[in-house]
Amino acid sequence: MTTSNVPKKSSGNENNARIGVYVCHCGLNIAQSVNCKQVAEGAADTDGVVLSKDIPYACSEPGQQQIKQDILDNGLDRVVIASCSPRLHEPTFKQMVQSVGLNPYMMEMANLREQCSWVHMNDIDNATRKAETLVDMAISRARHLQPLNEETLPLTKKTLIIGGGVAGIQAALDLADSGYDVTLVEKQPSIGGIMAQLDKTFPTMDCSI
Amino acid sequence: MTDVGRHPRIKLLTLSEVVDVKGYVGNFDVKIIKRAKYVDETACTACGECAKVCPVVRPDEFNMGLASRKAIYSPFPQAVPSSYLINIKECLGHNPAVCSKCIEVCDKKCINFHMSDEEIVEHVGSIIVATGLKPYDPTELDEYGYTRFENVLTSLEFERLVNAGGPSQGSLVRPTDRTHPKSVGFIQCVGSRSSRKGGEYCSNICCMNTIKSTLVLKEHYPDMEVKVFYIDIRAFGKGFEELYTRSRKLGVQFIRGLPGSVEETENKSLRIAVENSATSSLEFHELEMLVLAQGMQPAPSTQRLQEMMGLQLTPDGFYLEAHPKLQPVDAATRGIFYAGCAEGPKDIKESVTQASAAAVRAIRLMHKGEITTEPITAEVITEKCTSCGICGQVCPYNAITVDRKNKQPAVVNSAACAGCGTCSAECRFDAISMNHYTDQQIIGQVDAMLEKAADSKILVFACNWCSYAGADYAGVSRLQYPANAHLVRVMCSGRVDEKFIWEGFRQGAPVVLVSGCHIGDCHYIDANHWTEKRVNRIRKKMSKLGIRPERLQLEWISAAEGIRFAEKMKEMEAIRQTVTGQEIAETIELLTNI
Repeated sequence: MTTSNVPKKSSGNENNARIGVYVCHCGLNIAQSVNCKQVAEGAADTDGVVLSKDIPYACSEPGQQQIKQDILDNGLDRVVIASCSPRLHEPTFKQMVQSVGLNPYMMEMANLREQCSWVHMNDIDNATRKAETLVDMAISRARHLQPLNEETLPLTKKTLIIGGGVAGIQAALDLADSGYDVTLVEKQPSIGGIMAQLDKTFPTMDCSI
Repeated sequence: MTDVGRHPRIKLLTLSEVVDVKGYVGNFDVKIIKRAKYVDETACTACGECAKVCPVVRPDEFNMGLASRKAIYSPFPQAVPSSYLINIKECLGHNPAVCSKCIEVCDKKCINFHMSDEEIVEHVGSIIVATGLKPYDPTELDEYGYTRFENVLTSLEFERLVNAGGPSQGSLVRPTDRTHPKSVGFIQCVGSRSSRKGGEYCSNICCMNTIKSTLVLKEHYPDMEVKVFYIDIRAFGKGFEELYTRSRKLGVQFIRGLPGSVEETENKSLRIAVENSATSSLEFHELEMLVLAQGMQPAPSTQRLQEMMGLQLTPDGFYLEAHPKLQPVDAATRGIFYAGCAEGPKDIKESVTQASAAAVRAIRLMHKGEITTEPITAEVITEKCTSCGICGQVCPYNAITVDRKNKQPAVVNSAACAGCGTCSAECRFDAISMNHYTDQQIIGQVDAMLEKAADSKILVFACNWCSYAGADYAGVSRLQYPANAHLVRVMCSGRVDEKFIWEGFRQGAPVVLVSGCHIGDCHYIDANHWTEKRVNRIRKKMSKLGIRPERLQLEWISAAEGIRFAEKMKEMEAIRQTVTGQEIAETIELLTNI
């Protein structure tokens, strides 16, 4: 871990942000091609960063525990997680920061796995350099993050199913038996789909209808 | 099937099609056209008197044209609903001088020629897409002679012939002479696993379907000679290998190799030439019937629905799931789920499993009765707004109203705003801020990226749903590309403001790429049209300023196009290498002095 009180690289921290940076190894998924320790140390000097660490698995229970404790101990008001794609774990980390009182929109991710270590394998120098830049970009964005609140809207407890083959039939029955209204739309004059045309079906060799 | 017909919670609309889907998760408005059947569905008892007197005879679709039906008909004996319907294009009409025979015999007066197509609007919270598949049509694979030789059948035609409810009451007969064939051959992978015709993918079910058919044949006709021509036998599922073993034990011959040609002999049998790759020899086989194990293709409606709902497709044309492992039944659009072959070829068990999963995913979404939406919406900075109205024009959701007459600032309806950010990018007065993707946040990323060694870097703007996901897919596939490409994620390419691009060039970026969903696939209806217009506009300005327009690229990359993404990155790097340090310095100077 590198905690820093040394002069910062660049200015622009008008929000007086207190950022925690976590560079995830994802086992070897990231660490194999990216020097995570070096990336974390490099980020420590950036304006607004209060602490910067590399971490074996950010998404794991101990990983999340550690980040949550750091948020509380250091009064962090935003977090940068440099790990996998936000399309995978953004909800995980949003929930994590929310559980210790941070607004979920004060969390930013840098995609070091799908868009760095996995696509620049065996190129540790360039992959590490890119990871450093991606983390810098995330920190820069994090400085300008604003808390946002989700809105609750009404919802209609009803499902439209398009297609009345075996899949549509099964889904319709499961939903209807669970108490939900279903509209099942079928293009043909009867439901049944291709399955209704079959004689016997594998692996049980029984009839299809 | 009958359970669906009588379930009080299921509204069944057959002969119906979804023609429009509007709205968002929890609140979709769906327009459905229910075509007229000209027979009262609720009154018809399916007595069948009408069909007896109908003079119009047509091929029966359910029996693959191997039997006939009338113009007024029930699709098949177990149909749900069981009521009859009239194919109005075939019917002679209700003029008593011409026909009207069915009206005369129907005691319950169910037939009504004045029925018309009905438009139904349904308000739903979630949608399950279970549009199924289209069996591959082997017409184009003419080497197998499907169109030329009558005793060459598709697997579905074969299925009808061995079905006790089929046109021959389950007795397998040759179409040419109605005799039992003494030998039957099956050709596998028809329309599957071919880079030439049909799909490149494995259709998943054909191996086991053929093995099942061989067992049915051996059960009914133990002395029949049965041969299967194959590339591989894929018997991977529970209980599958046992069936394969049983088939071989019963004497079915499995010959490794697909026939090169099929010829008809004098007695209408089929003579096929095949290279047996197990013995490396050219073999000839004479068979009295040949069955083509047709593969699966996406249902014809797939593309229409995909465009209507903003879904994504794989290169094979099936629907693309939100994540291949972790969200295999979810669409990337929240509130939409997939079940069955719509998502990819699968057998009955897998279809049923996925359907139950989709139902539970829908329940998980709906059970609370309310939905939380992301606050990534547009906000008007009223003091900067000039009421010019551009934002209202570009919004794909009509979520912005501008009172131009009274010079009132624009108002965003945040429930209708989906958060593409096109308004913010098009506003010339910086009067619209996009929550979570503000100018400051994005420019902050651009500046941080280009702070050091800008001349060695590639700046990429990528939309969350397609291009960013495509880049992730390249990662999941371990496709390697130059390590100087850096992505800035936006929800939609429509958010990429002119000033982000100028900022990139001003900070020394040699090349910039804007990437989004393909035209027609935009997650925000058609916001990427504005991206295209904007990029063209900037390119023109670049030309005027003396900056090479090639340095700004636009590429549509879908979530499934990992390869395309990686290739584009290599192309960007090639362009970058043509940009000299002097050129970059000149651009910086030009843009700094403007």
